[in-house]
Amino acid sequence: MALKNSSKSSTIGVVGVGSFGTAIANMLAEKSKVMVYARKPEVVDEINTQSSAHGKALHASIQGTFDPETLCKECNILFFMVPSSGFQEVARKFAPFLHPYHLVIHGTKGLCLNLPEGQTLDTVKKIKRSQILTMSEVIQQETVAVRVGCLAGPNLARELSKGQPAATVIASKYNEVIMEGQRLLRSDKFQVYGNSDIIGVELSGVLKNIIAIASGALAGLGLGENARGLLISRGMVEMAHLSNALGGSLKSVIGLAGIGDLVATCNSVDSRNFTVGYRLAKGESLTEIQASMEEVAEGVNTVKIIKGFLEAADLRAPITENLYRVLFEDLEIEEALQFLMKYPFNVDVDFV
Amino acid sequence: MEEKYIKHRYEPILPSKDEWPVVKLARERKEFVSRVSASAQDKILTLTGKNPDILKEELETTLYREKLRIKQNPWVVDPDDEGDFWGKVKAALLQINSETKLNRSKRLEAYKEILERITNRYSEEIASNFNHQHYKFTRSVVTYGFSRLLNAARVKGFKSIFSNQYTLQDKIQITGETDQLRDLATKGTIVMVPTHFSNLDSILIGWIISVLGLPPFIYGAGLNLFNISIFAYFMNALGAYKVDRRKKNLMYLETLKTYSKEAIQFGCHSLFFPGGTRSRSGMIESKLKLGLLSTAIEAQRTNYQNDINDISGKIFIVPVTINYHFVLEAPSLIKDYLSITGQERYYKENDEFSNSYKISKFLVKFFTKGSDISVSVGKAMDVLGNYVDEHGDSLDKYGRKIDPRDYFISNNQITVDQQREEEYTNMLGKRIVEEFHKINRVFSSHLVAFTAFELIKQRNNKLDLFDLIRLPEEEIFLPYQEFKEACEMVYERILALKAEGKINIAPHMKRSMDEIISHGLDNVGMYHAKRPLIKNRQGDIVTEDMSLLYFYHNRLHGYGLEKLF
Repeated sequence: MALKNSSKSSTIGVVGVGSFGTAIANMLAEKSKVMVYARKPEVVDEINTQSSAHGKALHASIQGTFDPETLCKECNILFFMVPSSGFQEVARKFAPFLHPYHLVIHGTKGLCLNLPEGQTLDTVKKIKRSQILTMSEVIQQETVAVRVGCLAGPNLARELSKGQPAATVIASKYNEVIMEGQRLLRSDKFQVYGNSDIIGVELSGVLKNIIAIASGALAGLGLGENARGLLISRGMVEMAHLSNALGGSLKSVIGLAGIGDLVATCNSVDSRNFTVGYRLAKGESLTEIQASMEEVAEGVNTVKIIKGFLEAADLRAPITENLYRVLFEDLEIEEALQFLMKYPFNVDVDFV
Repeated sequence: MEEKYIKHRYEPILPSKDEWPVVKLARERKEFVSRVSASAQDKILTLTGKNPDILKEELETTLYREKLRIKQNPWVVDPDDEGDFWGKVKAALLQINSETKLNRSKRLEAYKEILERITNRYSEEIASNFNHQHYKFTRSVVTYGFSRLLNAARVKGFKSIFSNQYTLQDKIQITGETDQLRDLATKGTIVMVPTHFSNLDSILIGWIISVLGLPPFIYGAGLNLFNISIFAYFMNALGAYKVDRRKKNLMYLETLKTYSKEAIQFGCHSLFFPGGTRSRSGMIESKLKLGLLSTAIEAQRTNYQNDINDISGKIFIVPVTINYHFVLEAPSLIKDYLSITGQERYYKENDEFSNSYKISKFLVKFFTKGSDISVSVGKAMDVLGNYVDEHGDSLDKYGRKIDPRDYFISNNQITVDQQREEEYTNMLGKRIVEEFHKINRVFSSHLVAFTAFELIKQRNNKLDLFDLIRLPEEEIFLPYQEFKEACEMVYERILALKAEGKINIAPHMKRSMDEIISHGLDNVGMYHAKRPLIKNRQGDIVTEDMSLLYFYHNRLHGYGLEKLF
């Protein structure tokens, strides 16, 4: 292997300074020189003068920039940590400066759409698989970067920033990307696993958000652990089927990025998706909740997309479908719950 | 708006044959063969981790398989001393095994010596025997002979034998990015990847290459073709090296790949049939054999490693599709396909190109009756599947210039990463399949076969493929009007796809639907004893052979057209 020679290769780029982006940038900064990209000049200013982003502390050595070209020139490895809603735009912004030697790892647990001109998620009823893009597919579609990876697993930003022990999965078709990710992130408190099924890992992270909203709703209703256990297990089955239909392998769903992340998110008030469900059950409307949240809960958008996919693929996924009706068709959560309890399907495990 | 076909003969890009890479290679054949052998040995040693025990095991496996092959599946072309050679290998192996005193490094040395013998033999066996005199002769036989036949058939009267009214190029139309191909061939190294439906393809492509004024390409031809003397002559003349599909052992495969890689690095334009073998189903290849393709990527990386960063070291991938109305081997191909669907198992090569007589008969039929062939040359790409501009520079999808060297770089320098290159090969394979579909030209015969089969399938929607094919032919008929409407529906979708740049059509497809249908019916599988599709006396569309109909229908597989039914 090549030696780490020049200063250029040792700077790591992080795109986006949301809570997860900040946490990862701080972890990377323990071992390497880190440069972060933020869209707004005032945020960059905050990073460079006060070593914080949106009030969250950043490692003192971290530099900020709002120029994609500078970041791409300085860094050979980039971590994309932006929400799925802005992902395509950011990828396009970076495309002119990315080269095939760049390694790109993203940590976004959402989906994008590739619809014909003039169409949006609200105008199409059915969504084919070819119109759904995972973030790695976005990167490959919009840029020349091919050595792409993703970061997924139970990584609640707040726990990471406290330095509590955790683990993550780096998935990529390229061993090289996995090895680099491990080299950069691994520490006494942070274990890094590798997986070659990048689509399966991305999907696990994406689909678990749906179940997390449902779990929050159960908690909001004041239901107990039996109910949660039931939901997690049924949710798992649904994830396995959906992931399979979207091109992921079953193995990844049972791994850290699937079941690991599912359990963490379904029990945590720190999770945005969980919070959405919880507040819904407490009687707030989706619009109110979204208006008052600082960062996006990916799950809401995911439910919409997966609903469209279910229509096109003629598949059933009871939890997702009922959650859709709760979120967008004013179905009462209690009714949805009743519906699920009466659902005729009663085989425990049918996918292994 | 008829498209213009290339009718004139191009000037050769390299007028003097001494400049042809393939001639240079033939001149240096001996050194080249030993270079291939040496670097194949290195590769195998790396793969076995220089561990004498693993190497021994590989040698023994190879020996065992070769002995088995000689016994069970001997071919005419096999050299006589084969048994002898492997006998000696066996003896040598036994001797090393019996000498218990040898230490690890001594044993490794001893095994290496055997390995050397094997790779030497294999590289010698694979290497082509290009001969310029033979090449010239073959080229003129093909062109002259074919055009005589053609003129005799089309222009009546005795004198017509000497008429030059029709040339081969009236029969075989070349379209697409031919200028780019010619241009890039003078600057870098071309790897041409055509679709493969018929054994005739190699000769056809060889002829096309010479019409375009390009020096001969080298390519791997199945050793089975060398069993037939007429083919053996043509193949050798065209610069073919030999690929023996019976030999699946590590030593052979590595030597073969090394040969291909070294030849590309040498600057020899190469030709791979990336499907590996003729398409059994009649579908455009969708799963490519990646072994030889990976050698293009490897050669490109090695050129960069050797600091050849300018265009002279650049390798261009050029996809080509060959479109027929008629594939001579169709009946046996589809039979093979149907018998192996669902499971890959070995089957004996058995095709209608089994002897020279049959081939000549086909050629006479082909040239006297008229069944057009079109060859479309696709846009050139770099080894990662990016399009290149007129200077040979790679472009990203926004038209920005990029350097393919960057694909092989980690931490600012070029590294060798086998796993990475495997993924790149997969990517390239996918890109080639995509391009095949884009440059594929729909013929009238493809349209009618596709539509008819889909209509029959729709009517019997409870049956699976195998039951469908076993339907009694005399019970199947399609009323003309219904058939025509369905054809129009498919045709419209094809035009829509064409507008998106996802497929292409032949000029004869721009006539009226009735004309297209009758042209299609006249041409689809026209020389088969049982015709896949005809119009009966009542004016209904009927088939005489369902499996052939399925074969020709498959040409339009992979465009989602079946969803129309």
